[in-house]
Amino acid sequence: MSGTIYPHAVGFVAGDRPRIVTDRFQYHDAHTMERFLATDGYKGLRAALAKSPTEVHDEVKGATVLGRGGAGFAAGVKWGLTPQGVWPRYLVVNGDESEPGTYKDRLLMELDPHQLIEGCLIACYAAGLSQCFLYVRGEMALAQERIATALNEAYAAGYVGKNILGSNFSVDIVLHWGAGAYVVGEETALIESLEGNRGMPRQKPPFFPAAIGLYGKPTIVNNVETLANLPWLMRNGVEAYTAIGTATSPGTRMVAVSGHVKRPGVYEIINGTTTFRDLLYGDEFCGGIRDDNQLKAFVPGGGSAPWFLPDQLDLPFENKLVSAAGSMLGSGAIIVMDDTTDIPAAALTLTRFYAHESCGKCVPCREGGTWLERIMRRIVDGHGTERDLDQLLEVGEMICPGAFPHAASERLGLGAVPFPYKMTTICFVGPSAYAPVHSALTLFRDEFEAKLVRRNLIPVTVGAGDDPH
Amino acid sequence: MARLNEANAVLAKEIIGRYPRPRSATIPLLHLAQQQDGYVTDEAIKHIGELVGATSAEVLGTATFYEMFKFEPVGKYLVNICGTMSCALLGADELMHHAEHKLGIKAGSTTADGLFTLEHAECQAACTEAPCLQVNYRYRYRVTPADLDKLIDDLSRGRLDGEIPPHGTVARVRQHIPSDRAVGAVAPEAVTGAPEWTPPSPEAKK
Ligand SMILES: Cc1cc2nc3c(=O)[nH]c(=O)nc-3n(C[C@H](O)[C@H](O)[C@H](O)COP(=O)(O)O)c2cc1C
Ligand code: SF4
Repeated sequence: MSGTIYPHAVGFVAGDRPRIVTDRFQYHDAHTMERFLATDGYKGLRAALAKSPTEVHDEVKGATVLGRGGAGFAAGVKWGLTPQGVWPRYLVVNGDESEPGTYKDRLLMELDPHQLIEGCLIACYAAGLSQCFLYVRGEMALAQERIATALNEAYAAGYVGKNILGSNFSVDIVLHWGAGAYVVGEETALIESLEGNRGMPRQKPPFFPAAIGLYGKPTIVNNVETLANLPWLMRNGVEAYTAIGTATSPGTRMVAVSGHVKRPGVYEIINGTTTFRDLLYGDEFCGGIRDDNQLKAFVPGGGSAPWFLPDQLDLPFENKLVSAAGSMLGSGAIIVMDDTTDIPAAALTLTRFYAHESCGKCVPCREGGTWLERIMRRIVDGHGTERDLDQLLEVGEMICPGAFPHAASERLGLGAVPFPYKMTTICFVGPSAYAPVHSALTLFRDEFEAKLVRRNLIPVTVGAGDDPH
Repeated sequence: MARLNEANAVLAKEIIGRYPRPRSATIPLLHLAQQQDGYVTDEAIKHIGELVGATSAEVLGTATFYEMFKFEPVGKYLVNICGTMSCALLGADELMHHAEHKLGIKAGSTTADGLFTLEHAECQAACTEAPCLQVNYRYRYRVTPADLDKLIDDLSRGRLDGEIPPHGTVARVRQHIPSDRAVGAVAPEAVTGAPEWTPPSPEAKK
């Protein structure tokens, strides 16, 4: 254990790769105004203000800055979805990072808060957003302190507030913070929470935030990392941005690799071309599986994502390819399991998470999540029966009717079922409780069976009418 | 005492003033109440309702949705040990057992001296630093049982007082928007046109 703040999350400074959002992380004082200004700070804002809002918006569209919060929707396109002539419009920054495995937005907020503020300002300028709410997860004390300090400095120096840098561009950025509820990361729940309510998701349609958001007004919700890309883009231009990565996944993205690798860490990787194998085994990244064990499986895009096997290691970070292979890139979080892993027990930790975080609005999620957790617990504790395995799938079918995505497996002779799935719930929390169960059971059924109560081996006394079989 | 004290009531008004609608300040004010008293009291709920224009039931309804708000006293130090997948893969269960043994309590309870409350927590966004924990929302990374023993001892002896404030205080720095720089929050109904810097919209041209 270390008293220093970032003992190990230093992957981002290793290797010779383009660094769009983590470049300042090499400085211990990256969060200070002095360091920020000495390293091109607020130059992206100046570049933006020298252009018309429409030109800036066009650049963001031209660069295809994909959303980094989970859905991967292009920011420039989203900004264009606000209805004509309806004012005011708001920006809500999603800093609620809490998807299992995900660790990047917190670093951006703690280590380089001014970069985020600059990104917010550029978005507000381009999309005509007249007030910005920066919603930071409640449990992130240091991120809140760093952002508060940075905002106080930025206001005093004329970068935020009235007539920014002497222009007619004026916007307040308000630091808002949550109080612990995973589902609030969902954008409509975030808005509910920001209105002072319980953070329960709203039904889409009609409540697409860009049309009907905060106080019923058009609202852009963007992830922290998405916005942190904008200063670099403004300084270096669309061509430089799209020169990195691929046409459909340009630029870089931050990825946290946790679990059984030699060097867990947060890495800024080239989008679209870097493969899972590069990341897990590459010398400049994680350097292989711990103790040189074999890789068993990995979660490729945050706890909600269906699992991948070694079969999928050569896939690059490209949304379309990963979807076709049966999962999603989600929030840039990889959780690695080596061959010592107890698969049902590992899946249970995720299912428990989503069951616990259900807001209770939809029955299949509220009830189904709890059922899944209980059945999984029973199996892991060695009390499960064959019937429980069927029941897991039946409950899953009620949350997500039809084929559920999963990876291909050569060992099992199994083809991939592509993303996405159908769902009976308002948001993705319900399906996310099922995803780990489905992956684990489909790809490692033998491990579940090995845990079942074996009635033919253990002499049991069964009371009359007691045996369900 | 349990309503917001005078200084906090002033702060509350400043916070409310930043939002287009007062109710948006509900969660920040609940944090303020918890910072003052260590937990959220009934009187504070009532006071917050008065300040933001909501009933006590509405404020309570919001408050109980969120994990961080406590409605009875907890320890000076809230120790949250993460148990989600990345931490579970690297020994979170063992760490929790060790903590229960060291503190002599089960997760979810408080030591008799009122110093420590131990809780199971879910993913804390420090997954590469597993197993991790938070004490009053300050992180500790890659925690071994020996680290945990030392942490508890240090906290008991007040050695970390400078770094870790008592439960209730989350951020120690607050945003203050200077009045001469503030644009000011406007009720959404009161805004009729596009902001000054945007190009004239088609409607405006007509
Ligand atoms: C249950 C749930 C939790 C989510 N949590 C987060 C989160 O913590 N941070 C985030 O940026 N997006 C999260 N999202 C995605 C947001 O709804 C939204 O798509 C995103 O913030 C949009 O920003 P982007 O377009 O810049 O990616 C979550 C979605 C769901 C369904
Ligand atoms: S899916 Fe679950 S968390 Fe999402 S709205 Fe429905 S009940 Fe709430």
